Amino acid sequence: MLKFTAEHEWLKLEGDVAIVGITQHAADQLGDLVFVELPEVGATFDKNGEAATVESVKAASDVYCPLAGEIVEINDAITADPALVNSDPQGKGWFFKLKLANVADADELLDEAAYKELIG
Amino acid sequence: MKRCVRAPDTEPVRPRAVHDLEVFLTDTGQLLTTPLHSLHLSLGARMVPFAGYDMPVQYAAGVLKEHLHTRTRAGLFDVSHMGQVIVKADSGAYADAAAALEKLVPVDILGLKEGRQRYGFFTDENGGILDDLMITNRGDHLLVVVNAACKAADLAHMQAHLAGCSVTLLDDRALIALQGPAAETVLATLAPEVAAMKFMDVRDVALAGAACIVSRSGYSGEDGYEVSVPAAKAEKLARALLAHEACEAIGLGARDSLRLEAGLCLYGNDIDTTTSPIEASLDWAIQKARKAGGEREGGFPGADRILGQLANGTERRRVGLKPEGKAPVRAHAKLFADADGAKEIGEVTSGTFGPSVEGPVAMGYVPTAFASAGTQVFAEVRGKYLPVTVAALPFITPTYKR
Repeated sequence: MLKFTAEHEWLKLEGDVAIVGITQHAADQLGDLVFVELPEVGATFDKNGEAATVESVKAASDVYCPLAGEIVEINDAITADPALVNSDPQGKGWFFKLKLANVADADELLDEAAYKELIG
Repeated sequence: MKRCVRAPDTEPVRPRAVHDLEVFLTDTGQLLTTPLHSLHLSLGARMVPFAGYDMPVQYAAGVLKEHLHTRTRAGLFDVSHMGQVIVKADSGAYADAAAALEKLVPVDILGLKEGRQRYGFFTDENGGILDDLMITNRGDHLLVVVNAACKAADLAHMQAHLAGCSVTLLDDRALIALQGPAAETVLATLAPEVAAMKFMDVRDVALAGAACIVSRSGYSGEDGYEVSVPAAKAEKLARALLAHEACEAIGLGARDSLRLEAGLCLYGNDIDTTTSPIEASLDWAIQKARKAGGEREGGFPGADRILGQLANGTERRRVGLKPEGKAPVRAHAKLFADADGAKEIGEVTSGTFGPSVEGPVAMGYVPTAFASAGTQVFAEVRGKYLPVTVAALPFITPTYKR
């Protein structure tokens, strides 16, 4: 099940674990990324905690944790090659896997249609 | 406005990421536009407010590719927001205009040859920098180019202090910079004579039917030109240059990363009224004639402090900073002597990822004891203290045609 946030993150839910990344729209708006900093495996975040940082030549931006949970895996490929986030943001450019504190929290997120309407 | 490189709470991934460039943002009233505004829109530029103007921060290619294009081919920049000012003595003599302006800048302007330009800065009574500028000897007058954000203040400053001179803003001209290794080839297709110009030469040149003033200079570390063109003919000229396969439009975002790799100061970030030219490591811009023992020693605002610092040194210096890791260290990051953040020693004034350096680059102020190349200091980034090495500027090798 694919969910989205108004903060331009996507979540692919598999049981109680969500793969998290930023949307194509966000990647396009940020421009070519040159640096990505990911959280450590085992770190826990509240909803909207600052989980990762992405930087273009121009600016640094936070990526928030879309729901409360624990980081169980991170995608080292994007720290080695931040351009992966631009070329395949909703595939190889994923950020981290999050074990949700409460799976039902995902119900309040946007579905794809609602997100597309949001970004126009 | 808030000088902030972190995302605001409401917008974690910032669709319109801002940058220190917007420090001069005027958030009230109408934005001004340059004569190339409609060209920017037609090219799909992302526009931002800068120094009161609606300016292109990037085009479709994006900052990274625009930067690299300028270093390998040729980039066209709209810098029409900058102030082009004529200073002419009532006597009509260049020497009188030059002598008047020398009272405001620690630069040898009397010794500047016709058709040559020089970098300089207006200083204040405390030896701080009011603005930096380019000054050209145009035969019977001076052409001065100042920063957009300081334009009104600079005009008032010159009008108040340049006795016996008229000071006129050329608000009917655009300014186009053409930068990069192919700049000569691109501009020479319209006027072959520009190929013979040397760095800091200034000539009258007809380009695409317009009477232009062309200087071989710029703000990227690359060979290139800046072209002053009548506003009504600016878009036609820009389109003629962009028609060359090597030439692309480049926004303010890449202009900033290019100048930072080249070690060039941005007024308002790296220099301002709290920094003296000597603290800012701009000693090279003060010629012998204006220094102690020179023919026209001192005689500019703050001369005592500035000449004193030249003789005795300063407590701090602007230096290049090369972060050892991959994380960019941006403006306003605090600098420390130690990895624990116990002893704060200074602040980063500009910092980004340098696309040509392929890593982070920055500049900032440190105490003189820390200013030697190779000294390790630490920058605070998101609560961590990252190792940074003091580095010689520039970060790239300039390709000026001297």
